[in-house]
Amino acid sequence: MVKVTIDNIPIEVEEGTTILNAARKIGGKIVPPAMCYYSKLAGSGGKCRTCLVKVAKSSAKDPRPMPKLVASCSTPVQDGMEVLNITSPEVIETRKAIVEFLLINHPLDCPVCDQAGECDLQDLSFSHGMANTRTIESRREFPPTDIGPFIKLHMNRCILCYRCIYVANQITDKRVHGILFRGDSSEISTYIENVIDNDFSGNMIDVCPVGALTDKTFRFKSRVWFLKPMDAHRQCTKCSGRVTAWMFGDEIYRITGRKDQFGEMEEFICNECRFGKKEFSDWIIDGPRKIKRQSVISASYYENMIKPSVINPIGEIMEETE
Amino acid sequence: MGRKILLEKAGIPGIREFSIYRHHGGYGSAEKALIKMSPAEILQEVTRSGLRGRGGAGFPTGLKWSFLDRKCTNPRFLICNADESEPGTFKDRYLMEFLPHLVLEGLIISSFALGANTCYIYVRGEFKTLIGILQKAINEAYQQNFLGKNILGTGYSLDIFVHPGAGAYICGEETALLESLEGKRGNPRIKPPFPAYKGLYGCPTMVNNVETLAAIGPIIEMGGEAYASIGKGKSTGTKLISACGNINKPGVYEIDLGLPVEDFIYSKEFCGGIKDGKRLKAVVPGGSSVPILPAELILRTAGGQQRLMTYESLADGGFDSGSMLGSGGFIVYNEDACIVRNTWNFTRFYQHESCGQCSPCREGTGWMEKVLNRLEHGLGKMSDIDLLASIAGKIEGTTICPLGDAAAWPVSSAIRHFRQEFEFHAEHPEIVRKINHGALVKNQESNIQYR
Amino acid sequence: MIGHKLHKPENKIVAFSPETLEKIHELISHYPDGQQKSALLPVLHIAQEELGGFLSADLMDYIASLLNIQSIEVYEVATFYSMFNIDPVGKFVIDVCRTGPCAICGGEQILDYLKKKLNINEGETTPDGLFTINAVECLGACGAAPVMQVNTEFHEFLTSEKIDILLDNLREMANEKKVSQSRWVEKFF
Repeated sequence: MVKVTIDNIPIEVEEGTTILNAARKIGGKIVPPAMCYYSKLAGSGGKCRTCLVKVAKSSAKDPRPMPKLVASCSTPVQDGMEVLNITSPEVIETRKAIVEFLLINHPLDCPVCDQAGECDLQDLSFSHGMANTRTIESRREFPPTDIGPFIKLHMNRCILCYRCIYVANQITDKRVHGILFRGDSSEISTYIENVIDNDFSGNMIDVCPVGALTDKTFRFKSRVWFLKPMDAHRQCTKCSGRVTAWMFGDEIYRITGRKDQFGEMEEFICNECRFGKKEFSDWIIDGPRKIKRQSVISASYYENMIKPSVINPIGEIMEETE
Repeated sequence: MGRKILLEKAGIPGIREFSIYRHHGGYGSAEKALIKMSPAEILQEVTRSGLRGRGGAGFPTGLKWSFLDRKCTNPRFLICNADESEPGTFKDRYLMEFLPHLVLEGLIISSFALGANTCYIYVRGEFKTLIGILQKAINEAYQQNFLGKNILGTGYSLDIFVHPGAGAYICGEETALLESLEGKRGNPRIKPPFPAYKGLYGCPTMVNNVETLAAIGPIIEMGGEAYASIGKGKSTGTKLISACGNINKPGVYEIDLGLPVEDFIYSKEFCGGIKDGKRLKAVVPGGSSVPILPAELILRTAGGQQRLMTYESLADGGFDSGSMLGSGGFIVYNEDACIVRNTWNFTRFYQHESCGQCSPCREGTGWMEKVLNRLEHGLGKMSDIDLLASIAGKIEGTTICPLGDAAAWPVSSAIRHFRQEFEFHAEHPEIVRKINHGALVKNQESNIQYR
Repeated sequence: MIGHKLHKPENKIVAFSPETLEKIHELISHYPDGQQKSALLPVLHIAQEELGGFLSADLMDYIASLLNIQSIEVYEVATFYSMFNIDPVGKFVIDVCRTGPCAICGGEQILDYLKKKLNINEGETTPDGLFTINAVECLGACGAAPVMQVNTEFHEFLTSEKIDILLDNLREMANEKKVSQSRWVEKFF
């Protein structure tokens, strides 16, 4: 066990733990935000740079500070290390800059984005972003594409976190999509006309921190905050069958994995559960799901709303105009 | 002056041939090292020589070698980084083209010292002719039992293979190079772990620049102490400087570290002064990534001392009034050069070469390029100058690999030293549009290329 | 819009000659067992040169099967490195350096001259299928600026006169069908 302090809060963790995971053990406000790191996907992290923190003291042996800010998701702790996250103005300033970088080519189409309300980038720019923009340049534009029967790819919104690549590598048997080209014209694509139809490919939607990969069966059906998340389960031969069912009355609008307080899926679920079982009778409802994140979903369940049927026609129009 | 250690044999006709290289004393150091010395002794000589990495960072080679994980039972690899792509730098190309056997000799000694039995030379893909030259030299070395199994009867075996890159500046970064060598995209790895522990195929790996490795042979021959006696302070030995730009004699020169910059630019032995009798305006002394310095600061430090070609002297004054020796790509600008245009040009280079993995570099380089493009073409505002400085400041130090820093430094240094030129561009857009490459403004669209 | 159009495999049969295949297997042996993917870059170079000048989707699928890796891994790599063409190119690919040191020595003017002379833009191919012009970043020959490469052969200290002569020579070579180039596969052995 090694002892570290993060924002002056001491904690003991196992050797080899990263700073981010040590901070998650403490919990609360001092946990650095992570847009690309996903604890269940080996090798993820280090790319988005939103979790940068300052190491004021490297270790008990070597008390010098680290010369640069380090990515907390990929830097292991050392005994006696002192980390500054929200107590360092430099870190906050840098995080602001990273949010700005992530947003300069983001379309900011939240009003028509299915991820709105549960989007990590939305939350991050609310908590760390600037109120104004300094760009007048045109943004990168990619046409939306269908990658497979169930998943829509909006490359415009992608922040290139690589999580979906790790999902395809580690959970499905064959990866058919990848990162093509390089630099600021990198994109996620299948390169050839191809479909992603693996049984676990739907998990790409859940790990996507933004609205780049969305569920086509839920497309423009409802805003997420109009729905009530319920824990549900069923007997499934492929996965655990434990999911969150997003319901309005007794209608199931969509199925996702159960997400923990850091927005990560507890278990990966199969496509049959996710896309194929939308009937109330398919599921055994366990009870309401507590959404712990600072998201709009947890703010209110809109329990007494009338069924949002007005939204559907607009959704159809959107679909047609694309 | 005029001492040559690396390029001593460069003028001999046919020196690319094994027999001629050998006839002139070549492979003597390899024999000495493999037969008479132990790996620890070689490491000691290299440490004593004070040799510093010639690829740009200037990290002491002996120290770097000592980091290699020698407890691990996996095979070890030595990689020769010949992905020379830094604008202004073309010294490694010269070494490999004219003295392939000197490079190989360095590789053999270094591999032996590091206990590596396989060595890859990662050559940038554009240097296709060099691959042929190197391969021919390797074949000769195999025939003469300087490579292969049981070299010179010592029981030590070594294979050297040439591996081509395919046009990616980022693969000069050591972990991106390893990824590329594994047949992947050249995305730099997140460190730790460092290559000395987990490098190529997860095995302990040492990556060194061509010039660094080429210097090992002469160091073994003359002894570390003799090598360290050349140069000044911690900048020991000789260094290849590739000079280009508006000078009379562009080319690769071997200098003793410690030579005054003024001598290097104006002496007939080296650059031979500024072309067409014009005045010196600015110098980028170590490849495009290092800060640009105006004439008065490149010749003398802010403290008024003579600026020398050493790691320390060029860095004197920090980033406020200094620069870096870097990889030795010495780019000279005359009075006609437009610094804004040059900064835009370099930024476009970094935008094109960013791997796109981490957000500050991917987005920041593209943003800076767009703003500079506007400024250069008379479409900029005064506030853009501070915006640029701010973006550069935010890329610096936040990226996975040093490419982000390399993209930010030219911009922030150009603004620091040539702010009035940026302001002129913002204040007089009509003039900028007219006199400065007016033809390009018209097809500006075609100049913005994303890939 | 910058997104590329999705390519469509034509399911044409592509294959290396037996001699080349043998050399590729030798090339794979340069790397440890199970690391045959390392040979991807050299093999792509060879493929591009021997089988049509660019990497079609079919060709990349073929290489993936040769190296026993997924096709997407080849697509990812081929689009990352700037020397690989994923779209058809002319017989002579002219890469003109436009980075700093070349630019201050007239590299941009050389590029403009070429574009005017061949009446095409960067990234385009002449209608006769002979020339493609690319504006590329530093070629590592700054001491000989301005420089360009024609199919990886360097041409240095360029002037407009030199370009005139070079283009004429290249046209002649194409007419006589003597487009001989030093081949990648031979460079490795």
